[in-house]
Amino acid sequence: MAIKTKDLIDLEFLSADEITEILETARPMKEVMRRDIKTVPALRGKTVATLFYENSTRTRLSFELAAKYLSAGTCNISSSASSVQKGESLQDTGRTLDAMGTDIIVIRHNMSGAAQLLGEAVKARVINGGDGTHAHPTQALLDMFTIIERKGKIEGQTVVILGDILHSRVARSNIWGLTKLGAHVRVCGPPTLMPKDIDKMGVEVFYDIDKALDGADVVNVLRIQMERQQKGLFPSIEEYAKNYAMTEERLNRAKKDVLIQHPGPMNRTIEIPSAVADSAQCSVEEQVTNGVACRMALMYLMSGGETLV
Amino acid sequence: MSKLLLKGGRVIDPSQAMDLVADVLIEDGKIAAVEKDIAAADAECRDVTGKIVCPGLVDIHCHLREPGLERKETIATGSRAAAAGGFTTVMPMPNTSPVADSPASIRYVRDRAEEAGVVRVYPIGAITKGSEGKELSEMSAMADAGAVAFSDDGRPVLSSRIMRLAMEYSHITGLPLIAHEEDLALVDDGDMNEGYVSTVLGLRGNPAAAEETMIARDIILVRLTGARLHIAHVSTAHGVEMIRGAKAEGLPVTAEVTPHHLTMTEEAVRGYDTNTKVNPPLRTAADVEALIEGLKEGVIDCVATDHAPHTVEDKVVEYHFAANGISGFETALPVLWTELVKEGRLSESELIDRMSCQPARIMGLPAGSLAVGHDADVTVIDPDTILAVDKNSFYSKGKNTPYHGRLLSGWPVMTIVGGRAVMENRVVKES
Amino acid sequence: MTKEIKSEIMDGSDIKRAVTRMAHEILEKNHGAEDLVLLGIRTRGIFLAERLKDVIRDVENAELPVGTLDITLYRDDIAVKGGIPIVGESNVPFDLNGKKVVLCDDVLYTGRTIRAALDAVFDLGRPSFVRLAVLVDRGHRELPIRADYVGKNIPTAQQETVEVRFDEHDGYDTVILKGEKY
Repeated sequence: MAIKTKDLIDLEFLSADEITEILETARPMKEVMRRDIKTVPALRGKTVATLFYENSTRTRLSFELAAKYLSAGTCNISSSASSVQKGESLQDTGRTLDAMGTDIIVIRHNMSGAAQLLGEAVKARVINGGDGTHAHPTQALLDMFTIIERKGKIEGQTVVILGDILHSRVARSNIWGLTKLGAHVRVCGPPTLMPKDIDKMGVEVFYDIDKALDGADVVNVLRIQMERQQKGLFPSIEEYAKNYAMTEERLNRAKKDVLIQHPGPMNRTIEIPSAVADSAQCSVEEQVTNGVACRMALMYLMSGGETLV
Repeated sequence: MSKLLLKGGRVIDPSQAMDLVADVLIEDGKIAAVEKDIAAADAECRDVTGKIVCPGLVDIHCHLREPGLERKETIATGSRAAAAGGFTTVMPMPNTSPVADSPASIRYVRDRAEEAGVVRVYPIGAITKGSEGKELSEMSAMADAGAVAFSDDGRPVLSSRIMRLAMEYSHITGLPLIAHEEDLALVDDGDMNEGYVSTVLGLRGNPAAAEETMIARDIILVRLTGARLHIAHVSTAHGVEMIRGAKAEGLPVTAEVTPHHLTMTEEAVRGYDTNTKVNPPLRTAADVEALIEGLKEGVIDCVATDHAPHTVEDKVVEYHFAANGISGFETALPVLWTELVKEGRLSESELIDRMSCQPARIMGLPAGSLAVGHDADVTVIDPDTILAVDKNSFYSKGKNTPYHGRLLSGWPVMTIVGGRAVMENRVVKES
Repeated sequence: MTKEIKSEIMDGSDIKRAVTRMAHEILEKNHGAEDLVLLGIRTRGIFLAERLKDVIRDVENAELPVGTLDITLYRDDIAVKGGIPIVGESNVPFDLNGKKVVLCDDVLYTGRTIRAALDAVFDLGRPSFVRLAVLVDRGHRELPIRADYVGKNIPTAQQETVEVRFDEHDGYDTVILKGEKY
């Protein structure tokens, strides 16, 4: 099997079977990463370009290493380096990459819909590496892969996504993926950071963290951006932390085997204190490893010579 | 002088409650007779059997972009697009570059329209200088130059005090103020209607409340000032409700709705097609329902296209960066014919009324009637032939339409302005 | 036209006899079991490796390490063929350095699988040598590769296929030749 659509824009557009296949393919990829020689020739001769309009060294690195472990050639265009700043349109940049023979373009962009826009403009297959507040499908995949590693399966798990849901593409993609695979998803955060009608995505909405954490198997703690406070969305970092930080005390009251996730980078002084971040229940480092494995799986599954829709 | 005879059509003129199969004789630019079996051997004759003959369509809200934004549209191209769409009279908004906030600007638009010589163009002047919402513009002088209404369209008059002053001042001219209703603080840079779809797409939400609070404010200010207020592009159910209340109270408030707000919902934004980006944004199915209901009932007086042509470069960008608006002249009639008349929501007569008689009436324009002696502004509609929308065949420079490829009926096949057929069989004639 | 079974080439006892002989040949050629490891190529090569291990245990009283190789990521036809083959896990929980590797597969055909398997082996370590054991060699090689231990040589036409079934995976033992019947 393979990914049927040309581009991977979000998990919203994948079936449960397709998501499961990606996650199952990530397992042998992780085995490759454990070897002394970490490369396999699967994508030899292919080229993967990372087109980053947003500064995110860790995500870019993760995609690049994934490509390299599969023996693909890689190149990077980031916003500080190229035509992006000269005002060239996204489509023109994409077509240039096309003309140079790129097979897969990974795009990261601060505008929702940018991945789709690029995908429609280019022949190369596009992987959404995060677009605005819309979607971040590979982050959701690695979060889900980590849950499966720790908990055995997704189905039936109660997963709390905690924090700034309004601005979180991680939350949205996780909601699609988790609900498709049968998890119960709760979102929790201040009402001013809760997007309208999100319950229609099949999640339960909580403003009270203690109620949200009651019976939770997994807590995905989102990073809080300082500028949200500057924009008046909540009164102070202190008050935010009081109401929504994943504190040690809250961890102790949660289920014993609760899994704590964080997409990184962590604010250890705000949403995830060190005592929790460094606890055995926290999977932050595994998530980083699994991110490479999931991205390898995705690139592998998107590299077939099939005629694509 | 010249005589033109339209033979055998179904004549619908809501201004006279007329709906019958008859011939229409036009003489010297005026309606000379509407009767059965007119014999006029010396007249140029057109067989319009099976077609609908109605008063020329009137659009009280469009953007012709000239001066300053000629890459999007010119008065010449916009006039031709209007004629192609069956419009005989249009009112361009003043948000050009510079803003039409002076008598000279108003005269410029009229002169350019005269040169183009296609449809009648009645300019709208700005309420405030530069449409900045700070100082009143010379509304009286602009009225003398030919402005027929005033608006800062594209922007709200944010200051309640300035809006109050504008309303009071408008008693000098007696001309309507056209309000673009949005509270920019509540809009908060939103890209589409706030709701489930904006949440899923990760686009910033623009809540219905941003429009409704301003409609409420302006109705209250009309109660204070007694000014003649027209509310542009109403898009929400609660907006309709408030206008219904204002009218019941007897306030001099009128309102318009666009073809796209009557036929599309926020669901169309999925896929990030920037042709669906409009201001106010496409709303929910319940809003569409209320707007159709309001239009039928007369709470919403008329349809206005908000024809807003843009270049490809303005639209083929990230959704957030895309310009607002739809190139609407050339699809307005068939879109509404197909979606409202063919669907049984409005009668033929009701749609013609809302696109011709009512807009003319509320703006005090000498249009919207086939009564004998009136200017012969006539639109002929083919009610049944189904054609696909082809943006590449638009006369407008703006190809920004979400209707491209849609199969529609109710296409205008002849547009007559002052007795002269400016468009025939979908072809606009060289003047 | 769908392919139909033309004949059964080996039945359960044929397979058993062949595996037993191959195990003896392996031990003979290597002068015992020392440093030998068996690597089965997914899927059915694994069962050949396990069976060879069982015979060697009985004969030599030695427990050979058995690993599994998934060669999907080493294939040379990913971008050529329609579809994407499913990737399985390789599991070689022991050091290959200096070991005598016997690669095991069910059918040897073009040799491309073995080429991929050799690449996979050398990414995991540096064995002192690699030998190849197959249950069936059906010919039509496209690469300079030959088997060291062969259960049975079967001359075939290119349009025909050879299918091996193992009890552990399929519920019964057999080797069948399929082709279009006229």
